[in-house]
Amino acid sequence: MKNHAWRPFLVAGGAVALLLTVRANVVPSDFGVNGKNFTYGFYRKGAIAYWKAVKVKYRGREYCQDCHEDKEKAIMASPHQIIQCENCHGPAIDHPDNPPKLTIDRSRGLCLRCHALLPYPGTNRGSIPGIDPDEHNPKQACVDCHNPHHPNLEDMK
Amino acid sequence: MNPSRRKFVKTALGGGLAATLPLSALKMLSPAEAHASIGDDKVRWAFVVDTEKCVGCGLCVKACKLENEVPYDAPVTRTWVERYVITKDGKSHIDTPNGGRDGFTSPKIRDEVIPADEITQAFFVPKLCNQCSNPACVQVCPVGATFQTNDGVVLVDRSWCIGCGYCIMACPYGVRFFHPVYKTAEKCTFCYHRISKGLKTACVQACPFGARQIGNLKDPADPVTKIIMTQRVAVLKSEYGTKPQVYYIGFDERVR
Repeated sequence: MKNHAWRPFLVAGGAVALLLTVRANVVPSDFGVNGKNFTYGFYRKGAIAYWKAVKVKYRGREYCQDCHEDKEKAIMASPHQIIQCENCHGPAIDHPDNPPKLTIDRSRGLCLRCHALLPYPGTNRGSIPGIDPDEHNPKQACVDCHNPHHPNLEDMK
Repeated sequence: MNPSRRKFVKTALGGGLAATLPLSALKMLSPAEAHASIGDDKVRWAFVVDTEKCVGCGLCVKACKLENEVPYDAPVTRTWVERYVITKDGKSHIDTPNGGRDGFTSPKIRDEVIPADEITQAFFVPKLCNQCSNPACVQVCPVGATFQTNDGVVLVDRSWCIGCGYCIMACPYGVRFFHPVYKTAEKCTFCYHRISKGLKTACVQACPFGARQIGNLKDPADPVTKIIMTQRVAVLKSEYGTKPQVYYIGFDERVR
């Protein structure tokens, strides 16, 4: 066969070779069918390690009570025992190293999440002691009078 | 050739068997595929939401956003709480201000005041990724950037996602969104970094009322498995065939 007849084949072959070289360099070696099948398990395995390496920020009451035993005792004796410390005090992350001081949410809005009265049947919301935020000392912070660690009305400030 | 009866019967039987052998039996499986198809993974994460216990405080949404570094004030969230108020005229009033991030503190729904004596039913429904067994969002990904782990969690590979948004459209539950910082598809991971260390998810830990629970479906002694096996639970939009793995107690047909 004449030389010019081979040229398209050479070009096509070169294109395939280029594609394979690029693929070998760009596609990570751990990419493939790693799960149950191609439809759901076709992925880069390193992605799992990425998600496992996300930093844990909410450490839970057990982490707090190591140092703040007195506060933990107080809260566990009150109806607020079901609330995690970090729901109001913010995520501990690596406290006391980082951050050295937590930002405590003392806002009215935090208390109103549960204590704004919504008389809804079919939920327990109506049975939580509640107030009408527009009627009950509006614009005043709840913590000015109420102690969230001793929430019963006898222990008011 | 002079075929004997024995030879004829042998060939016919062999040929018959070969013809009926399915092609899939000859497929070569990678070790991981074989491992996964046997299903000998000891863990399959599943979630139970008890809507009767939820009071709409939204602490789960707040905890999720902070734990998973979802931009706090952007109108996106991995989990949210919906409020349903059904009135005597049969109408459903549904809202989720900020995804319920700051809780539900006002009886107003979309600036509408509903008198208490008009309400027949009212309840809160927390939503999150259903970690489906047949995730539609994974099927549609054109680049293999989203996938199902062997313990049943659907994840997104942020370094591989091209941000085309097909998965966001494909999810029947609307749990996926576009991450404003990473510019990739984003979704609930069941707090994969926490559950793989033996911790509960941030939302489960933050819930004061025990409305959210996570557990291992392959452990018959797990409290979550026991609830799913023994109580009346329902899943969202079962008609899509996605086999969701978030089970709801106190389900209502109006919840979509």
